[in-house]
Amino acid sequence: MVLESTLRNIRLVGDGTLKIVERIGATVVFLGLTLTQSATSFRRFDLVIREIFYAGVQSLIIILVSGLFVGMVLGLQGHETLQNYGSEQSVGVLVALSLVRELGPVVAALLFASRAGSAITAEIGLMKATEQLSAMEMMAINPMARVVAPRFWGGVISMPLLAMLFSAMGIIGGFLVAVVLIGVDDGAFWSQMQAAVDFRHDIANGIIKSLVFGIAVSAIATFEGYEASPTAEGVSGATTRTVVSSSLAILALDLVLTAFMLKGWS
Amino acid sequence: MERSTLNLWVGIFVLLGFFAFLVLAFKVGNLSAGGSGQTYTLVANFDNIGQLKERAPVRSAGVLVGRVKSVRFDPIHYTAEVRMAIDTQFKFPKDTSASVLTSGILGEQYIGLEAGGDDQMLKDGDQIKLVQGAVVLERLIGQFLFNKAQDSSTAKGAQK
Repeated sequence: MVLESTLRNIRLVGDGTLKIVERIGATVVFLGLTLTQSATSFRRFDLVIREIFYAGVQSLIIILVSGLFVGMVLGLQGHETLQNYGSEQSVGVLVALSLVRELGPVVAALLFASRAGSAITAEIGLMKATEQLSAMEMMAINPMARVVAPRFWGGVISMPLLAMLFSAMGIIGGFLVAVVLIGVDDGAFWSQMQAAVDFRHDIANGIIKSLVFGIAVSAIATFEGYEASPTAEGVSGATTRTVVSSSLAILALDLVLTAFMLKGWS
Repeated sequence: MERSTLNLWVGIFVLLGFFAFLVLAFKVGNLSAGGSGQTYTLVANFDNIGQLKERAPVRSAGVLVGRVKSVRFDPIHYTAEVRMAIDTQFKFPKDTSASVLTSGILGEQYIGLEAGGDDQMLKDGDQIKLVQGAVVLERLIGQFLFNKAQDSSTAKGAQK
């Protein structure tokens, strides 16, 4: 009895693991398929521009406002702790490094996944549910090239831009709180920041991160939409899965990328 | 949505993103103060480098002139071999001395270069002969205590 129930539980664990691995594999295969079907997106770039508008421009407000708030909070908290050590001028370094290296790419990607990724999934899923994708196939239009690839590239192009805007906005927020509100010295704030932030090691690596996150979120969002069961529950489930799995993917990829960037690629 | 409005908004978005990149690169980062970007290598062997790390600053008269490229243990001389990438616009005489210093009490460690008076300049790959390693706090305190003990014992000896 006990043995049987233990075995069943172990089987459940195995089944769950296999399903997760299967899903990751299917997403990667789907990403490859999207890449092979991308030629149309670049021949008719207006398709991509449309998607940049829906994914990027419409995420601007949430990204800019959150960036400002995150920067302000960093400024306040950083100043609070640093003044114990008499080095409140370093608050600029703290705000800039944490934003450019980590928070900018990661938080912007999390917001992007919940704002734009879920919208992409819902849109493609609903297209599938209302049989628009099948109708396209009937007209000999490949939905991978016409629907999926432009949305994928729109997301990939938008993500680094949004992450940089998030970081820049956050640094302005930190500046407002630390210098304008609290009264940290203006010159020390910027000069210490410039001495500490390296273009190659901090800014370029942050952009690489956001590019990788953009690829991951866009691939997951389009995959979940395309594979959603064509019902109302199916689409809602797929939207939820997009947000959950992209958030997990972002955080896991961030750990791997950070480890490599700090320790070198060798 | 109309095509031209769409293009306008995406254009604004891309320009904003590019502007943010420029702000990050020049206002936040050090791309503008990066010097010529061309460097040459100098080598120095220290008996002790303390906490010196790769990419630590190399300063002369307090001004940043380069960065530490690599730190390696030299198994023949049992010293730490430090390679520094120095900006090509700064040339140093042959008898320049290098020392491992600390900025502030708890600050980061860096290499200070003090120029000598030689006519000949150091070239790429040259070795700096005059070196001074890091000051190890424990050793300093130990020496201080030792001296104190010695002082008091000699004072006692004088009293006898």
